[in-house]
Amino acid sequence: MTSKTGPKGLSRRQLLLRASAAGASFVIGSGFIAAKDAAWASETAALKPETFATLVQMARDIYPHDRIGDEFYVIAVKGYDDPASAEDIEAGIEALDAAARGKGHASYLDTGWERDRVDILRGMEESAFFQTIRGGLVTGLYNQKAVWPVFGYEGESYSKGGYIDRGFDDINWI
Amino acid sequence: MSAPFDLNDDTVVVIIGTGAGGGVLANELAQKGVSVVALEAGGRYLPDDYINDEWDSFGQLAWTDPRTTSGDWRVAKDFSGLPAWIVKAVGGTTIHWAGASLRFQEHEWKAKTAYGDVLGANLLDWPIDAAEMAPWYDLAEDKLKVTRTGGRDGLPGNNNFKVFEAGAKALGYEEVHTGRMAINSAEYDDRLPCQQTGFCFQGCKWGAKWSAAYTDIPRGEATGNLEVRDNSHVARILHDDSGKVTGVEYFDKDGNLQLQKARIVCVAGNSFESPRLLLNSASPMFPDGLANSSGQVGRNYMRHMTGSVYAVFDKPVRMWRGTTMAGIVQDEARHDPSRGFVGGFELETLSLGLPFMAAFLDPGAWGREFTSALDEYENMAGLWIVGEDMPQETNRVTLNHDVKDRWGLPVANVNFSDHPNDRAMRDYAYRKGAEIYDAVGATRTFPTPPYPSTHNLGTNRMSEKARDGVVNKWGQTHDIANLFISDGSQFTTGAAENPTLTIVALAIRQADHIARQMSSGEL
Repeated sequence: MTSKTGPKGLSRRQLLLRASAAGASFVIGSGFIAAKDAAWASETAALKPETFATLVQMARDIYPHDRIGDEFYVIAVKGYDDPASAEDIEAGIEALDAAARGKGHASYLDTGWERDRVDILRGMEESAFFQTIRGGLVTGLYNQKAVWPVFGYEGESYSKGGYIDRGFDDINWI
Repeated sequence: MSAPFDLNDDTVVVIIGTGAGGGVLANELAQKGVSVVALEAGGRYLPDDYINDEWDSFGQLAWTDPRTTSGDWRVAKDFSGLPAWIVKAVGGTTIHWAGASLRFQEHEWKAKTAYGDVLGANLLDWPIDAAEMAPWYDLAEDKLKVTRTGGRDGLPGNNNFKVFEAGAKALGYEEVHTGRMAINSAEYDDRLPCQQTGFCFQGCKWGAKWSAAYTDIPRGEATGNLEVRDNSHVARILHDDSGKVTGVEYFDKDGNLQLQKARIVCVAGNSFESPRLLLNSASPMFPDGLANSSGQVGRNYMRHMTGSVYAVFDKPVRMWRGTTMAGIVQDEARHDPSRGFVGGFELETLSLGLPFMAAFLDPGAWGREFTSALDEYENMAGLWIVGEDMPQETNRVTLNHDVKDRWGLPVANVNFSDHPNDRAMRDYAYRKGAEIYDAVGATRTFPTPPYPSTHNLGTNRMSEKARDGVVNKWGQTHDIANLFISDGSQFTTGAAENPTLTIVALAIRQADHIARQMSSGEL
């Protein structure tokens, strides 16, 4: 698989859109999205690429899980890359960057330490923008079935016959 | 006559709601040969339909019609439009409930006598007692096939229970076991034994847990005496010039307003919708709403003193495997004011899946204090606290005329603030819950705030005297002889126990009373 196209020759952006509709599993293993070059940020539909990159960083700073890759945060906020919400998101991120500049940083993304970024977020946590992003992440991030294994959560069990023969009482350290 | 019944048939008993109260009442009356039309606001879902996925199941089953909230409870801030986590479906919240089936303790029927005057609390003794209710509890336990009653075995304990049990015993607790549960420990009543699947809150796909949806409702229908109309939202109860109720207006599945005549009307829409319906039925004769001469309709809303304690260990627990409510400590359920509060509480294991843990562990929280807790999800154990809360007149359901539902009806506003006794009990229970887990090596514990309420009680309470409440000892309204309340809203006080078994026992008893009064011509 190349970094330019995924299965069936779909573009990254088409893949992303499909992935954000279907959940993360479609993306896992395709390689391109987890790449360190943040290629996903340059393929936005309605938001400026740097706005989307800032939004993804903001999402990670709100709910930081070091064992969860960027792709899950991308999927969690990809829905905002839409003409209907773009204006609000651009304004919110601009306010975030302004707050960063107010604390002597070039921008939110250029604020190197998480503790400094969190300090910026604390200053705006009552805002509608922050609460919208945070509230959306509760389902947008944690309801992705593909992230559940990172937490050990096993999800649906009925089709496997429950746990009656699969360790409902297998604890051995108590 | 047999089902289906005509809209103009004024010989039928109309029951509004089909959960633990209405669903059981409907079947019990149908078994006695009484013609029943049950109107259910929600749709019909059976075990094959239930979904092992927290948010998808919530979307399928939960009551999400608009409601508003006020008061100092944290739910009003974090879940302002969702004061309750209850079900809108045939079978009601018996699809969602955990299955804990406990009788009230003797003193809890007489809370005012037992606890004395509590400043700010509107305590009252029930007009019935433990001896009166014992035979009805026997019938309820047999109907639900409750474990550890009637010679039935208890359920096996899962991992979450093993941690809980070891900690509780290390603290010296003695009444520690896997509960009295309406979840089959063996095959009974054409229901399978528990397969330890988890997802009890999402509807039991095996049917191992009792729910009216696939027991009482179809059995009542099989008699030919019960017609259940789903997706039927009742707007108003009608009455004649003599003050007797004569029928109900409801919006059917196509949104058309219908009028079903009735000989008797029984309201069982849970503790928000039941008072809302009485208030929305106000008329020139009853300007404050039906059955409200006492002014108590909607008041004394109780939700149990609740909270959770989750704990992290240095090894995996995998608490989500198996029965969600897998065990109980009952030692703290006693009334012992030396602890700094009246009444008592139960401690019951509980687990949430990762999606709901993220939503409910500490609503609104973010950053590493929060996410480092979720990172340890696999190593978590959890328990739920359920204790008696104080009835207060100002904790109440009122109509919010500024917010209308899809039919243009004013929605319920739910105002709730903790009583100081509730706070004292919760703080004590949080400490005890943490001690249980600390005793077996917890590295971190979380005193988790109450979820949107599942135990909604008291807004049409039972009283000996008409001035003190809404219904008499049979759930019959003091003001209108052929209008009954058949759900948890008739609770005078909440006791420490999960309420479903008591709602079922009261419904069986009420069916007996209604059938006798119909036979004798009193109704």
